[in-house]
Amino acid sequence: MRVDIAKGILEKNDTLAEENRALFAANDVFVVDLMASPGAGKTSTILATIAALRNRYSIGVIEGDIASRVDAEKIASHGVPAVQINTGGACHLESDMIRRAVDTLDLAALDLLIIENVGNLVCPTDFDLGEHAKVMILSVPEGHDKPRKYPGIFQVAEAVILNKYDTMGVFDFDEDEFREDVRRLNLHAPVFPISARTGDGVEAWAEWLVSRIEDEKGKRA
Amino acid sequence: MHEMGICDGILSAAIDAAERSGAKRINSIEVSIGELTEVIEDPLQFAFDVLRRGTIASDATLDVTFLPARSVCVDCGKEFDHGRFDAKCPSCGSLVARLIQGRELRIDAIDID
Repeated sequence: MRVDIAKGILEKNDTLAEENRALFAANDVFVVDLMASPGAGKTSTILATIAALRNRYSIGVIEGDIASRVDAEKIASHGVPAVQINTGGACHLESDMIRRAVDTLDLAALDLLIIENVGNLVCPTDFDLGEHAKVMILSVPEGHDKPRKYPGIFQVAEAVILNKYDTMGVFDFDEDEFREDVRRLNLHAPVFPISARTGDGVEAWAEWLVSRIEDEKGKRA
Repeated sequence: MHEMGICDGILSAAIDAAERSGAKRINSIEVSIGELTEVIEDPLQFAFDVLRRGTIASDATLDVTFLPARSVCVDCGKEFDHGRFDAKCPSCGSLVARLIQGRELRIDAIDID
């Protein structure tokens, strides 16, 4: 006997993600999911973003890693509330993990919650966490060909950060080709060249984030 | 290997629906997957083979249909299929298109006894 189901495979994840989104809205918190490969500079980009925006917003961080508390400790040492999620082998975060992490944060006291996804250019792509924006970071040493090799992540990202821009001179990174490939995959995504290390370019990225946060606030008002 | 998580979603939805229909076994599960998702068939079938064991779907097949990316041109209204990199309207050349298919992760139906 054939039985029609017509249901989302990730319905459980997506339902919980919607619940997360409602919880974030109720607490007036903007949530950004940062995705990148291991070593692209997710944590240092978060620290640079905190430095740029901490006078304006109260910021919290959720760190996703397979193991260790290294990243959460690094963030917490800057006086920012940070929760570590250890996925124990899983290659991406899911909405139930975010919910459990969020329950340990004082959400009402936050304006901006930054989620650092597990370092991976594939698996985080299909999972809604309840965030308002997915943003991906590519670093110059990884090479300009990554949009061709991992197109999916460039397609779901609302903005692309090109980190370690200060190393451009020592790598054969074709920025024009990179930008053209990103544009072909995702017409409207802005590209922000930054150096999380020197702080160059962080201002433009932070301004974009502020405008997204304020847009979202406007929608709720 | 996020296919494990995807497959877990498929099996729990299928088993749930089957049990509600009073089924003893699941013969097949039909799913549709958009070509713009990050799911590929081999690891999905591998995960299915592992996760179905000991369930009422232990002898079931997983029938996967991949759905091509399809967009509607915002400028001229033409509907067209495309790959990841060429969402360009074949009729007017516009690059501004609205995706209408290609990101599905859907369980369509099950066959049960």
